[in-house]
Amino acid sequence: MDFLTMIQVLDSTVRLATPLLLACLAGLFSERAGIFDIGLEGKMLAAAFFSAAIAAMTGSVWLGLLAGIAASLVLSAIHGLASITFRGNQLISGVAINFLAAGMTVLIAQSWFKQGGRTPSLMGGGRFNPIELPFAEALSTVPFLGPIYAELISGHSILVYVAFACVPATWWLLFRTRFGLRLRAVGENPAAVDTAGVSVVGLRFAAVAICGLLCGIAGAYLATGLQAGFVKDMTAGRGFIALAALIFAKWRPWYALSACLLFGFLQAIALRYQNIDLWAFTVPVQVMDALPYILTVVILAGFVGKAIPPRAGGEPYVKER
Amino acid sequence: MEKMPAWADAVLVPLISLLLAAILSALVIIGIGEDPIAAVKLMVQGSLGSTYGWGYTLYYATNFMFTGLAVSVAFHARMFNIGGEGQAMLGGLGVAIVCLYMPWPHWSLALIFATISSAAFGAAWAFLPAYLQAKRGSHIVITTIMFNFIAAALLNYLLVNVMRPAGAMDPATAKFPEATHLPTLHDMLAPFGIAFSKAAPANVSLIVAIIACVAVYFLIWRTKLGYEIRAFGHSESGAKYAGISPVKITVIAMLISGGLAGMMATNNVMGESERLIMNATEGAGFIGIAVALMGRSHPLGVFLAAILFGFLYQGGAELALWTSIPRELIVVIQALVILFTGALDNMVRMPLEKLFLMFRKGDA
Amino acid sequence: MTSAPAIELKGISKAFGPVQANKDISIRVMPGTIHGIIGENGAGKSTLMSILYGFYKADKGEIFIGGKKTLIPDSQAAIAAGIGMVFQHFKLVENFTVLENIILGAEDGALLRPSLAKARQSLTDLASEYGLDVDPDAIVENLSVGHQQRVEILKALYRQADILILDEPTGVLTPTEADQLFRILNRLREEGKTIILITHKLREIMDTTDTVSVMRRGEMTATVKTSETSPAGLAELMVGRKVLLQVDKVPAKVGATVLEVENLSVIDDKGVERVKGISLDVKAGEILGIAGVAGNGQSELLEVLGGITSGTGIIRVNGQDIDLTGKFSDGRSRRARGIAHVPEDRQREGLIMDYMAWENTAFGYHHDPAYQSGILMNNAAIRADTEAKMQRFDVRPPNPKLTAKNFSGGNQQKIVLAREIERNPDLLLIGQPTRGVDIGAIEFIHKQIVALRDQGKAILLVSVELDEIFVLSDRVAVMFDGKIMGFRDPAQTDEKELGLMMAGIVEEAA
Repeated sequence: MDFLTMIQVLDSTVRLATPLLLACLAGLFSERAGIFDIGLEGKMLAAAFFSAAIAAMTGSVWLGLLAGIAASLVLSAIHGLASITFRGNQLISGVAINFLAAGMTVLIAQSWFKQGGRTPSLMGGGRFNPIELPFAEALSTVPFLGPIYAELISGHSILVYVAFACVPATWWLLFRTRFGLRLRAVGENPAAVDTAGVSVVGLRFAAVAICGLLCGIAGAYLATGLQAGFVKDMTAGRGFIALAALIFAKWRPWYALSACLLFGFLQAIALRYQNIDLWAFTVPVQVMDALPYILTVVILAGFVGKAIPPRAGGEPYVKER
Repeated sequence: MEKMPAWADAVLVPLISLLLAAILSALVIIGIGEDPIAAVKLMVQGSLGSTYGWGYTLYYATNFMFTGLAVSVAFHARMFNIGGEGQAMLGGLGVAIVCLYMPWPHWSLALIFATISSAAFGAAWAFLPAYLQAKRGSHIVITTIMFNFIAAALLNYLLVNVMRPAGAMDPATAKFPEATHLPTLHDMLAPFGIAFSKAAPANVSLIVAIIACVAVYFLIWRTKLGYEIRAFGHSESGAKYAGISPVKITVIAMLISGGLAGMMATNNVMGESERLIMNATEGAGFIGIAVALMGRSHPLGVFLAAILFGFLYQGGAELALWTSIPRELIVVIQALVILFTGALDNMVRMPLEKLFLMFRKGDA
Repeated sequence: MTSAPAIELKGISKAFGPVQANKDISIRVMPGTIHGIIGENGAGKSTLMSILYGFYKADKGEIFIGGKKTLIPDSQAAIAAGIGMVFQHFKLVENFTVLENIILGAEDGALLRPSLAKARQSLTDLASEYGLDVDPDAIVENLSVGHQQRVEILKALYRQADILILDEPTGVLTPTEADQLFRILNRLREEGKTIILITHKLREIMDTTDTVSVMRRGEMTATVKTSETSPAGLAELMVGRKVLLQVDKVPAKVGATVLEVENLSVIDDKGVERVKGISLDVKAGEILGIAGVAGNGQSELLEVLGGITSGTGIIRVNGQDIDLTGKFSDGRSRRARGIAHVPEDRQREGLIMDYMAWENTAFGYHHDPAYQSGILMNNAAIRADTEAKMQRFDVRPPNPKLTAKNFSGGNQQKIVLAREIERNPDLLLIGQPTRGVDIGAIEFIHKQIVALRDQGKAILLVSVELDEIFVLSDRVAVMFDGKIMGFRDPAQTDEKELGLMMAGIVEEAA
């Protein structure tokens, strides 16, 4: 692989890692607060559709983004209602949300656009376009660092930069602020938070809402940044890869970045090459597809550093006996 | 004192949940500018109005009985097997190997061995998640999700690179030999002078599914193993006290669950497509979740819920054919059923319990 | 006294579904006093205090703090009203530091750094003022139980609580730690704080409180000055009649050794050694009582004997070795060897709460040929057997199809006892036999245990209630920190000596 190809693959890695990273951080907020969320996929899908649909209708990608976030937040609210208010099974609620999104997006897409469950292709202001960072053009001739800056760092859409900025922001919020302390506490021992006079329900809903917000951005990026419009089931399991990355990262923001870049890299490789020749072996593309999941199972098995989830995760908080 | 009579818990709660799901579904249909009553008529006509419709309804129901039972057995051991989809895919592989690579004199023998093989493949695919849950505490929901994706990749690889006949374009195996063709309901009912649609795919594996329902009933409520599975599901610490091995029960319950999911392949792979194709399961593994929740993990409930979902699937297909309502409406209904009977169970239950308590106090 | 009561509750009622936990309760607590609330398990003490702390909402009634009517819809309001509470089960975030736990919910501003700095300073002040030393940077789960309790008290003081509620604070403490706690409480009282102490231990009430209120079955039966009452008087108020804490017992006819334990050790999941090389034996026809503060290895001892966990060392029953780690180290094999086990926690272990009474009767014995034939269970036979057992043990209601969770605590315990005792075991392991059981059932259960001993069976009793140990045991062993501190004859020792042993102090008899 020559230098330029490598830059291209890495560039593609960054773009493919972006929705994973946003969804992974979304899950991080939710699960750190003790609410398991296997509905990341559904929230991203709903956001992808509504952002593309509104962007297509209004021609404004920013309105599209807002619509996508709103759709994702609605699903978050359902998840919150089921798992916080009514203390239902969080996993079952997540499954339901995934199906709800998969069905509703096609249903509404068909009803609005009559194009077989997709939105019209987005053009111009309906998409997030690449941002050229200052001097990218001028510096691109500098050997080695020039292409890295011009191709890899510059030239992504605004949401990519937002996603990467979310990593330190998440870390800071979780570990340096009052909100973060309470959020982490509610995922470990909600009774401690409750008796300290802080609302468990409020905190958990806040966490679930942040999760919705980030999933909304992730979905919007998929349909208006990475691609130009919505197609049926376009998340293609990214929500689950994000979930895998979250476990891989042991629920920590900086680790989440590495995990998402790794999984994004695997996707970039799978996209570019059908089969990879490694010395005597030929690695089929399906191995690349399955690798994030296999790695996650290995991590879950605890052979490579055990992943311990937040202790109150998945359990509804019941105060009355 | 019981909060609520048992019948209310077993019948009333799921019925109200179902009603709520139905009302919301109707609203969705109105929302996309269609008439829900006309839609229901069309669905009933299309799925129950002819033996052709019934044939499809029962074909789908057969799939859902297997996957619904699979989820139910795991539920009894307090495990959420979300991997029915992957286990059913592997079951298809088990069927394909039996049908393609072994000569069979008669379909009945082929069915018996295909059933065993599909169950074994499905169970094998459930084994690792079960073992990791039992021994390493790896959350079975996450591992089975991961195994669904790994199964899809594995089948993709096998169908594209290994099992695809030379020269064929689509990723699928060769057609199974004629001797493995399963009798359809048409074939089975003709000797009794009952005319049944020739074109419908419902076949003898429906009988296998019904036998499986009865067998699961006995397993759960009549056998020692069932007693241990339920005890473990209710209380792991209790199970340990009683000398019931959590590792053993976790693994066995998941093997049974995976085996049941795998057995679905006798219907969709052997009975219908008669070759192994990509995405043969069509999400039936996930519908098993809705079926099990609605059926309260009881085989009779699963049987009824499977037929209801069979009706929805066939009705949904008819809707998509004759109106502009896409098939995804069924996915929405399925989501609402899971939401109301599963996650929002308490929303229905808590007011009902209060109501019963009020009546109780009124009596006293 | 002219000052208004620190706390006054008027007509508090609270129901959990069909269970009435508090009925029309009124109480006044004067400022600067230690006010005890005593009552049996399930009398409604904790519920009442949880209402005062805003953890539960009362169905009816009013709360006055310092003479002012105060609404306490949540803990926030209770904290604002100057109330702090130390729950029986600590409400700490175990993997946070002490400091983080202290400031949780009481942070100054949105950023942590200044809050942590402030808390560190005030922690130093509180430590010197009340003798409450804790390392502010320690992770809570690495602290001893006594220190975790200090963190809870510090949490309340950091929030400037004037009123401190402690719910069964000594249940998990050694007598020494308990003494330290009471010294701290006295110092708090001297500073003018008001303290409510919930307990079911008469001695603590007599030693430390100024006033005591007695609760029985959800009702407040009396409030008296501690100096004007006696333990016997309080006990009578608690149960509503004179308590017979004595069971008629003939002297033990001790036979051959049934259980021998040599150098037994148990290491738990976290790698902590819970039982440290203990040795003991129990003979036919005697009850060996194991006394000790909860958490000193008694539970683990019972569990390893019952086959729930594995251990190292030697256990012999009737002279034959028992498998401690291998294939036959489970409860099923233990039962086959004639060991019956009434576990400490019937709700988590002894019963499946969602199983019907008859299903619970087979629990653990579901391999018995009378109950099953290879693959199928013989449900009709189990039901018939359950009906007979329920008659003999006077389980009410005698309905085999009722789910376990719908029986009262005493009747649940009788279902477990009937199952285990009627197996005619050589050795009965029994833990906390009367925890959460009403007085009437206690007598019945004690009589059953003694009757089994008189039939020449060996019984190993674990109880944290010293009274129970004295009433039932023929010999007493005291456990502390995973070791046996010594054996005593109950007729030749007293609570004081055993109390010291429970704290790890052995005074060798001269």
